[in-house]
Amino acid sequence: MDDIPYARFLGVAAVEGDPTLLTLPFADIVLGRPGFLHGGAIGGFLEVAALVALRHALGIESDARVKPINLTVDFMRGGRDKPTFGRGIVTRLGTRVANVNATAWQDDPARPIAAARMNYLIVRA
Amino acid sequence: MTPDLTAFDSAAFMAASRSGHSSFLGFEYRAHGADWAELALPYRADLIGEPERGVLASGPILALMDTASALAVQLKLGTSRPQATLDLRIDYVRPASPGKTVIGRGECYCITRAIAFVRGTAHDGDPDDPLANVAGTFMFTDL
Repeated sequence: MDDIPYARFLGVAAVEGDPTLLTLPFADIVLGRPGFLHGGAIGGFLEVAALVALRHALGIESDARVKPINLTVDFMRGGRDKPTFGRGIVTRLGTRVANVNATAWQDDPARPIAAARMNYLIVRA
Repeated sequence: MTPDLTAFDSAAFMAASRSGHSSFLGFEYRAHGADWAELALPYRADLIGEPERGVLASGPILALMDTASALAVQLKLGTSRPQATLDLRIDYVRPASPGKTVIGRGECYCITRAIAFVRGTAHDGDPDDPLANVAGTFMFTDL
């Protein structure tokens, strides 16, 4: 993930000991209306979480490239002035397409602030 | 004929977006109509998602379309009303061309009592060669 300039821009960090769990600190850079996260920043964070999970599923050795096909985000709650967590789950890894879900939450994983579904094209070398 | 400017003031909009996520992404106002708004996202190295090829990440494009669509809702309403994005779907038709400014146009095609429906496209110079299409809904939060 450290090789993705956009992930660094957002301030996304990996949680040590859990390869697919990420955090997003609350800061001006991700602020929407006063006191709340910007929907675009939440969506972007979910995309990073989905990509990290997919790369993990493909394996670090893999030289496969992935291209996003589409993304659907549901915004369920406002993102408040506190850290956000995010995790992607690969629901199917095929030879050409991968389906990935990602959720973001703040206090309780059972109360997500947003959830995304992404489809990726896998281009194997 | 003079264009319909409704209640929208682009200078005030840009002043209001001089903080937060939109300003850090460097969004610029381009144009608007009675039910649409067009914003620009200039290319920047720190927004890259694919370092090998220098392609912009999809996140900033999603944020651009969210912001342009939200603005389109306010324009169609002709007034400012608190709203939250309910869902946003984006099809990445092709990667953005490295070095090029991405232009996002959001349109609000229907408003009901509680919900506003939007659609939009993003391109990097030629509107007939879009790089992304979006569809989404906003919910009014003052009900």
